[in-house]
Amino acid sequence: MALIAFYILSTVVVLSALFVVAARNPVHSVLWLILAFFTSAGLLVLIGAEFLAMLLVVVYVGAVAVLFLFVVMMLDIDFVALRQGFQNYLVVGVLVALALLAEIGIVAAAATFGGGEAFNPNPGASTNAEALSRVLYTDYLLLFQMSGVVLLVAMMGAIVLTLRSRPSVKRQNIAEQTGRKRKDAVELKDVRPGQGI
Amino acid sequence: MAGAELTLGHYLAVSAALFTIGVFGIFVNRKNIIVILMSIELILLSVNINLVAFSVFNGTIMGQVFAMLVLTVAAAEAAVGLAILVVYFRNRGEIAVEDVNVLRG
Repeated sequence: MALIAFYILSTVVVLSALFVVAARNPVHSVLWLILAFFTSAGLLVLIGAEFLAMLLVVVYVGAVAVLFLFVVMMLDIDFVALRQGFQNYLVVGVLVALALLAEIGIVAAAATFGGGEAFNPNPGASTNAEALSRVLYTDYLLLFQMSGVVLLVAMMGAIVLTLRSRPSVKRQNIAEQTGRKRKDAVELKDVRPGQGI
Repeated sequence: MAGAELTLGHYLAVSAALFTIGVFGIFVNRKNIIVILMSIELILLSVNINLVAFSVFNGTIMGQVFAMLVLTVAAAEAAVGLAILVVYFRNRGEIAVEDVNVLRG
């Protein structure tokens, strides 16, 4: 039963990955990418790694794919021009892909993997989330914190890259506002009767 | 495990196929940087599947922790890559990256 589900899911994953690469419109590519992420989350659920599967859905589908979709739709791109040269690169691409697959096959044939005698998705705990959380804040605390720093740096980098100040747009300058003194703003005039200023 | 069961080899095969498709996508879509970034995401996904499969079939949790870190890096890479893409589009008005060899702004 699990084998049937595996074959269905893996077929969907591989086909949708192919469509990501081959779709004419990048918007369709992103949608195929979302399908690939969902089905690979299903593949992970199949072997009991539920926490990673849900994380995959949240991070990839919820953040990365939506970011891609946002950028693809925001930029005004000539999709037809981007497709030119596809046929020329196809031959090279197929050759490289076949070579890579052959290399992986040779290595896989030479190597010996454990046959799954120690199959256990959540060692030392009763659920997958518990097994992960037992080590995440103890053995791998430093790695976990460092990944947070990576995210922070990436966020700041993205903001610094895309923030721009346009001179035509008036913006509020808070330092200038609060640094304003009374003598800069108010002037006392002695107005005589019958005369103007 | 018996022959009709799920094995590590099944997952490694799917992962290898995904990885190859990702590399193929980088070679085929040389001009379209958005699809190149998506191909990189596919490659990272295949790496994640590999790590989790090894972790589960060998009964150690370490692979799943590492897959989480890979996920973090993938998200960061997508954010910074797309930010660079937006800046590039703003400066050039196109995203054809076949011959990006001009370093001046």
